[in-house]
Amino acid sequence: MSKTPVQFSLNGSSKAIFVDGGANLLEVLRRGLGDLTPKYGCGQGTCGTCTVLIDGEPRLSCLTLAETVEGKSVNTVGGLADGADLHPLQNEFMEGFAAQCGYCTPGMLMSAKALLDKNSNPSREEVMEAISGNICRCTGYESIIDAILRAAGQRTGRAV
Amino acid sequence: MTIHNGRGFACINYPIGMNLGGDPSQALVHSTPDGKFKVSLSSIDLGQGMKSVTRQIASETLGVPVGDVYVDTADSDTGPHCMGSFASRGTHRVGNAVIRAATEARKALLEAAAEELEVNASDLDTDGTGNIHVKGAPSRSITVADTAIAAQFKQGRTLSGRGIFLIPPSEADPDTGEMSPVSCFAHAAVIVDVSVDDETGEVEVTGINSAYEVGRALNPKLVEQQLVGGAWMGVSHALYETTEPYYPAREHGPEDFNSYLMPGPAEVVPHNIAVLERPAEDAPFGGKGPGEMCANPLLPAIANGVFDAVGVRCDELPITPEKVLRGIQQNGGAKPQNGLV
Amino acid sequence: MSSIEFRKDLFADERDDDLKEIGKPTIRQDILGHVTGRSPYYDDHLFDGLLHLKCLRSPHHHAKIRSIDTGEAERMPGVKRIIKPQDVPHNLNTLLSLINFGRDDEAMLQGNKVSYIGEPVVAVVAETELQARKAVKAVRVEYEVLPHVLDPEEAMKPEAPVVNEVYPNNTFDYHELYDHQKLRFGDTERAFQAADNIVEGRYQLSPIEQAPTETCGAIAAPETNDRYVCYTGTQALFFSLGTTAKLLDMASSRLHFVGGTVGGGFGGKVDSLHEPLAVLGAHLTGQPVKYVFDRQEEMQVGAPRGAERWYIKDGVMNDGQIVARQFTGVFDAGAYSRLSPYAIIKATGHLPGPYTIPNVSSNVYCVYTNRTPATAMRGFGITAVDFSIEAHMDKVATHLGMNPIELRIRNSYRDGDMKAHRRLAKNTALIECCQVAAQKAGVRLSPEFANDSSLKGGGIGSRIEIPETVTDDVGKIGDRRRSNTPIHPFEGAGHKGKVAAGTRGEQVIAAPAQDHEMVIEPGRDGYRGPSNGSGPLPPDETQPSAPMEPQSQPPVVQTPLPATQSPQPPQIAQTPTPAPQPEPYKPDKLFDRGLKRPGASRFISGSRRR
Repeated sequence: MSKTPVQFSLNGSSKAIFVDGGANLLEVLRRGLGDLTPKYGCGQGTCGTCTVLIDGEPRLSCLTLAETVEGKSVNTVGGLADGADLHPLQNEFMEGFAAQCGYCTPGMLMSAKALLDKNSNPSREEVMEAISGNICRCTGYESIIDAILRAAGQRTGRAV
Repeated sequence: MTIHNGRGFACINYPIGMNLGGDPSQALVHSTPDGKFKVSLSSIDLGQGMKSVTRQIASETLGVPVGDVYVDTADSDTGPHCMGSFASRGTHRVGNAVIRAATEARKALLEAAAEELEVNASDLDTDGTGNIHVKGAPSRSITVADTAIAAQFKQGRTLSGRGIFLIPPSEADPDTGEMSPVSCFAHAAVIVDVSVDDETGEVEVTGINSAYEVGRALNPKLVEQQLVGGAWMGVSHALYETTEPYYPAREHGPEDFNSYLMPGPAEVVPHNIAVLERPAEDAPFGGKGPGEMCANPLLPAIANGVFDAVGVRCDELPITPEKVLRGIQQNGGAKPQNGLV
Repeated sequence: MSSIEFRKDLFADERDDDLKEIGKPTIRQDILGHVTGRSPYYDDHLFDGLLHLKCLRSPHHHAKIRSIDTGEAERMPGVKRIIKPQDVPHNLNTLLSLINFGRDDEAMLQGNKVSYIGEPVVAVVAETELQARKAVKAVRVEYEVLPHVLDPEEAMKPEAPVVNEVYPNNTFDYHELYDHQKLRFGDTERAFQAADNIVEGRYQLSPIEQAPTETCGAIAAPETNDRYVCYTGTQALFFSLGTTAKLLDMASSRLHFVGGTVGGGFGGKVDSLHEPLAVLGAHLTGQPVKYVFDRQEEMQVGAPRGAERWYIKDGVMNDGQIVARQFTGVFDAGAYSRLSPYAIIKATGHLPGPYTIPNVSSNVYCVYTNRTPATAMRGFGITAVDFSIEAHMDKVATHLGMNPIELRIRNSYRDGDMKAHRRLAKNTALIECCQVAAQKAGVRLSPEFANDSSLKGGGIGSRIEIPETVTDDVGKIGDRRRSNTPIHPFEGAGHKGKVAAGTRGEQVIAAPAQDHEMVIEPGRDGYRGPSNGSGPLPPDETQPSAPMEPQSQPPVVQTPLPATQSPQPPQIAQTPTPAPQPEPYKPDKLFDRGLKRPGASRFISGSRRR
């Protein structure tokens, strides 16, 4: 099978890898580059568990051909914290009990980050919209929505 | 088109654990040389909080800070046998096994401290912050860390404990069904507010008021997670979910989340919960398992709410718009009941 | 926005709330791992040379396998091994055989006859998932399609095709005696005749998928010292290990199972389908093998919460008292047993719901049909019957024109009441839940019900008695397949018998601690309640000086106790407990949403990954 070289930035560091034709980004990140933080949930693009940011946009890595990220910037939850300092979203998810099994959390955090990076002061409805492609089977979503709103408030100094 | 509002009620009890074939779980507790404790289990944390609740149970029982306890689960080489995480058995069975293991470890801890302080172990108590002191004389004390070091390097004593908790098997009698099904029950009652569109048959749950009796909320936030998420699943079961929409026909089975429906973030239902705590005698600190029973009452309560709103009995789940609409048509229109105002 | 309050005012005298860690909102031990994506789920382990396993699955509801031709598939690129049914060392199992329940009835790979769409026939192990999928398509299986049955009541009829040869009557055999589990308490037939009203209903729940965000799967790899390590998403580590040891005829000491961090389960990860096949793949190839359900398999091949159908018939007096309740339950197990036979036992022990009803009867059936086998799900054995009971209670309330909450309180079980499975109720709190839910929703109850209590009115008079009970022997194994037999209790020809009033076996309680050193001091256990209202119970388990027999006998009804030995009225509340307040509760302060962080220790950070 022919392999294609792909170079891109993963969480700010430069990566180069040969990928199989048709390989999806999720498998390349996980098995190829060893970033196990994005998770497989359906492989069909219907659950959002594998969400990563590509040039700042939330994308389903299970449906993204790895070749298409050539020259782009990919961010996963593995790069969300600044060293030992957690991102406000991570802090709020942690302290707000916004995860149970934790499996949807990486995708949920990346969808939320994409929202907050564009809209530092989102409404509750905008938060719901932003995570509407991410399925959580445990929490009933409310603690997640609250955590995202609190993280936004923390950044803007707005009380939630 | 008219939107009809209705209210439905349901209450349930829920058995904790299982009776078939015996229901055991084991735990091991041991200390590091500097007095931190490891709990080894083969139990599973699938989101319900097994690691967290057993950690708190071990901390309480040992009398040491929760940060000084770590729960490892699950490795079959190091964790002793556990039946598994199902049947609402985890908190009750594993929790009790951890209490027994931690109690044995605590006794060893107090004996080691007694030797260092030259007192009787029965005169000692822990303060929960990492110290062991003589009862009534807090100044005569030794840290858990120093005790562990002395036990390990001076006394030749292990600060460890074993625990098993077993509900022995109870078979059902063939002719009468007599059995001892479980040792305790959790309870719940819910009132749901629904609105039903008599043109589309769509049902929306607009509010939930509930009371859940959980024995003891060992960690109130973990209980809240289970109750909120479980009620969400109950709503989902009542209105959306099935792998066979025309059961017993096998056709039209969903194969992805576009066709297997569940409420999303925009369908969050305001849920006002009251937690009641009537401790069960044989449960760990009285705590029963809230994980399963939280979903159950929502299913009938929503069906009853739909009847209250439009007079249609949906006796087959899930309550799809199609079923509601067919019922309304059969009745010659919506028939609001206004039963539970 | 939702809210939560803790009604510490209720049952306060039964709890010691002065505990140091219990009751505190300490953050989850695993949360830092979750928010950093570093919690180690089974798939988060990297292996060199990882192979992928996919199964060829039956396209038919029911078909004989005439031949399997893997020749072309074996020559496909990347294919390492094709696992056929004859490659499985002990290719027959049932999950609950690990606790000695039921007969082995399911092959890991089916070589003779498939009985549901999706049943695995052969497994392909290849270098990539794509290669495995392509090779699966190249396997040729010749089927002879057989008639199938999908409705469980149809499956019980004489003319229905046999779904599962181990249970040729299409019903699980209970006690080697009946084709269903019976519950008999009192005389429902006589009570129906005396009742003012009869209310009947039929209820059904369709199969439901557990749908955890992480699908079921396992990775197995050869480990040093002739062992196999298996990373798994199982909900029951030793169930999966024991099942693997049995199917592979391998000493359990050669298996090292690692799991415990699982992306949701809800009952769908108990069946242990993946571990044995992954370990077998690793055994046959000498390489690490991953076997995971894709989402489509998870939805249609992974075992769901099974469908159930319930019939309920109530005899009700005009004042709302339910004097008789009869159930017929039909569990659709699908093609194989898995956990369904136990669901029937669990449901039977749950009847008639949280109510004290003097006459109860039920027949509950575990029926095999040509559909995906059912398994556990949140509320296993209880969810559908609770739906049925509570939808039915609403019908009764409508029929009588009663407030539905007051009807429940009127019939609620209370401390000290005798239940239909012949054990006394204790530690009950249904009435208080009804009252608090009504308060929160602003529903007014009349004073009689608003002031009622689970601690009052139970355990007295007929409420504590076990009545003389009418039995019958309808539905012996195989009878129903010889001629059509009605499924409801007391219908159909059969011999009737009687069990004397007061007949009751021994209550099974927790085994005592094996060592006194393991018994927590009574003052530290947080429990201050009355020592239960269960009558002549065996001694308190915290008294090691009076141990009970380690393996207590199951209750024996064949040799009944004389009626004169019926239990003494229990002492329910040695210290009388004040009744709950009827006035709406006003919390002093809202639940503190603050939380407690355990020490700054970073060793909890989920860094065990990889």
